[in-house]
Amino acid sequence: MNPALHSVLAFLQGWWVELLCAFLIVALVPLIAGYIVLVERKLMADMQARLGPMRVGPHGLLQPIADALKLLIKEDIIPAEADKLVFWFAPVLSMTAALTALGAVAFGPWFHVARDINIGLLFVVGISALGPFGIVLGGWASNNHYSIIGALRSTAQLISYETTAGFALVSGFLLSGTLRVGAIVEQQRADHAWYAFLAPVGFITYLIASIAETNRAPFDLPEAESELVAGYMTEYSGFRWALYFLGEYANMIVVASVGTTLFLGGWLRPFPSVDWLGWLDALPALLLAAVGVYCLIRAGKQPAQVQKLFMWAVAFACFGVALIFALAAPLAMAPLHIIYPGLYGAFWFLVKVSAYIYVFMWLRFTLPRFRFDQLMRLGWHILIPLALVNILGVGIALALISGLGWNRWLAIAITTTATVIAGLLLIRWNDRHAVAASLAAEASPVEDSYAG
Amino acid sequence: MLDSIIFYFFAGIAVLSALLMITRRNAIHSAVFLTTALLATAGIFLQLHAEFLFIVQIILYVGGIMVMFIFVIMLVRLDVALPRLRSRLRQWSAILVALAVFLEAGIILYLARRIPGEGLLVPSPAPAAKLPPNTEDLANSLFHAYLLPFEIASVLLLVAMIGAVVMGKNRSDTK
Amino acid sequence: MMSIDHYLVLSLALLLIGAIGVITRRNVIIVLMSIELILNAVNINLVAFSRYYGEVAGQVFALFIIADAAAEAAVGLGIMIAFFRNRETVLANEMDLLKW
Repeated sequence: MNPALHSVLAFLQGWWVELLCAFLIVALVPLIAGYIVLVERKLMADMQARLGPMRVGPHGLLQPIADALKLLIKEDIIPAEADKLVFWFAPVLSMTAALTALGAVAFGPWFHVARDINIGLLFVVGISALGPFGIVLGGWASNNHYSIIGALRSTAQLISYETTAGFALVSGFLLSGTLRVGAIVEQQRADHAWYAFLAPVGFITYLIASIAETNRAPFDLPEAESELVAGYMTEYSGFRWALYFLGEYANMIVVASVGTTLFLGGWLRPFPSVDWLGWLDALPALLLAAVGVYCLIRAGKQPAQVQKLFMWAVAFACFGVALIFALAAPLAMAPLHIIYPGLYGAFWFLVKVSAYIYVFMWLRFTLPRFRFDQLMRLGWHILIPLALVNILGVGIALALISGLGWNRWLAIAITTTATVIAGLLLIRWNDRHAVAASLAAEASPVEDSYAG
Repeated sequence: MLDSIIFYFFAGIAVLSALLMITRRNAIHSAVFLTTALLATAGIFLQLHAEFLFIVQIILYVGGIMVMFIFVIMLVRLDVALPRLRSRLRQWSAILVALAVFLEAGIILYLARRIPGEGLLVPSPAPAAKLPPNTEDLANSLFHAYLLPFEIASVLLLVAMIGAVVMGKNRSDTK
Repeated sequence: MMSIDHYLVLSLALLLIGAIGVITRRNVIIVLMSIELILNAVNINLVAFSRYYGEVAGQVFALFIIADAAAEAAVGLGIMIAFFRNRETVLANEMDLLKW
C-alpha cells in the first residue's frame, strides 16, 4: 500500500494546479452557463424592445440563482416504463462531455487545465463528439414517441455538422501546422494574421456548423417547443433538465473557444505583431474604466436607492479591475508586471468568446427556424462540398506560398475566390439533381382521397 | 506505480463492461456497455502514450460507430427483449474453451518469466519524456512509409460508403 | 514499471469475451458488437507492442484497423437493415434460407 500511496501523493503534489483548475471548471461553468442564459434573455428582450427579467435581484441579476434553486427543489419525475439506469445516465454523459472538453481549452497563455497536450484542439472536438450520445440515450430512455423522434433527429443533425465542422477546422490546422493549442495561437502571432482572414471560407463554415452543432436556432428544430414538445428533453424535469440545458450552454462555450483559438487569434490582441498599434494594450483598462464611468452616470438616474447603490458598487468594481489591468501594463511596477501576459490574454480571449456567443444569440433572435430536411440538405449538400473544396484551396494556397514563393495575400485571395466559385458550381451541380428528383416526385400525380 | 493504478482501473472497466455487454437481453444496454468498454480501451491507449489513437478511438469508434449501432437498434426496433432460447451446450462449451485458452496463455507467460533467456524478449520501454511527439511521429510514418496502405484505406472507406448507401436504399427508389 | 504481459493478458481476455459473444448470442447485432470488441482487443495488443519496441508502426496498423472496423460495421449494419426489411427478424438461427 505504501508505494501506491506515495505515487498518488506525488501525483497530487505535481499536478495540484491542474486539479484545482479542473475543480474550478466543474464548479464555475454551470454558474457561468446560468448567467449566459440571463444575458440571452436580456439581449432577447432588448432586441424585442422590452426589459427582460428585472424582478429577482437588481436588474434581474439573481435570476439564474432563483432558476437553479427552483429546478433543484422540483419533484423528480421518471416515466413509468422508462429505463431507469439509462434515464439517469444520459444527462450526466451530456454534461460530462461538455465539461471535459473544456479541460483542453486554454483561456490564456497561463490558464489551461491540461498541460499542453499533443493533440490539443482535436481533444476538444473529439470529446464534444460524445455529446450526441447523451442525447440519443436520453431520448430512447424516456419511452416516448416524441422523445425518440426528437433524439434521432437531433443526433443526426449533430453528427452531420460535426463532419462539417471537422472539415472546416482542418483548413485551419493546415495553416497552423500543429494541433497544440498554445502553438496555434503563437503561430497566428508569427503569421501576423488571424486565421479567419487567411481561411475565411473555413471560418464561415465553422461558424454555421458550430451553431448547428449546439442545437441553437435557426437549427433548433429537434428541441423547439412548437414542434416536438421539447424533443428529447420532454420527459426530463427538474435538475435532470437543468443538466441537459447547462450541457448545451457549456457546449456553446466549448465551440466558441475552439473557433476563437483557431480562427480569431486566441488570446492575442488585435494586430498582435504590429508595433505601432501597441497602444491597443491599454485598451482593456480603458474599456473597463469607460464602463465604470457609464455606471456612475446611470447611477444618478436610478429610481430606487438600492439600485443606485448597486450601480455605484458595479462602477467601483470596474474601476478596481481597470486599475489592476493598468498596474499590470508593461510600463508599470515590477512585481505586478509578471502577471501581464496571463491577465491580458485572458481578457482578449473572453472578449472574443463573448463576441462569438453574441453572434449565436443574435442569429437566434433574428432568423426563422430551418425545417429538418432543409437543415440536412444545408449540411450535406451545401456545406460539406464547400468545406472539402476549401481544404483543397487552402492546400493549394500553402503550396503556392511556400513552394512557388507567391505573396501570401495574393495567393489566399486567388484561392479563396476559386474556392467560392468551385464550391458554388459543385453545389449547383449536386443540388440540381436533388431538386430535379424532388420536382419529378411532385409532378407525378398522387392519389389524394381527401381532395375535392 | 501510478501507471499500474491507471492500467488496472481501465482494464477492470474494460473487462467488466465486455462481460456485461455479451450477457444483456436488451440490445441498447449492450450498446451502452460496449461504449464504456471502448472508452476504457481509449484510456489504455492514453496510458500507453498513444494520444492520437486515443482521440481517434473516441471520435470514430465511440462517436461514430456506436452512434450508428444505436441508430440501427432504434430504427429496427430491436430494443424489445427477445424470448430466451438458450443452447446450454453451446454456451458452456464456448465458456470452457475460452477459459482453457486463457489459462494456457497465462501459464505460458508465467513460465516464460521464470526461465531466464526464454519467453518474450521485449526491451523495456523508453521513458515517456523521451518519446517523440505522437501526432507528428504518426503522421510522418503514415505519409511516408505507409502511404500506399493509407490510399487503399481511403478507397476502402469509399467503397464501404457506397455499399452502405446502396444497402440502405428502398427497393422502389431504384426503379 | 509495467511489463508487457499485463497488456497481453488484457487483450486476450477481451478477445475471448468477444469470441464467446460471437459464438453464443443469437441476435446478429450483438454478434457485430462482439466483433468490434475483438478488433479492439487486437488494437490494444498492437499499441502495447508499439510502445514497448518504440516503433510507431503498431499505432499506424491500429489506425487502419479502426478505419476498417468502421467500414465493416457500416456495411454489416446496412445488410442487417436490408435483411430485417425482408424477413422481420434479426436472430441468427432464423436466417435459414439456404438450408436444405
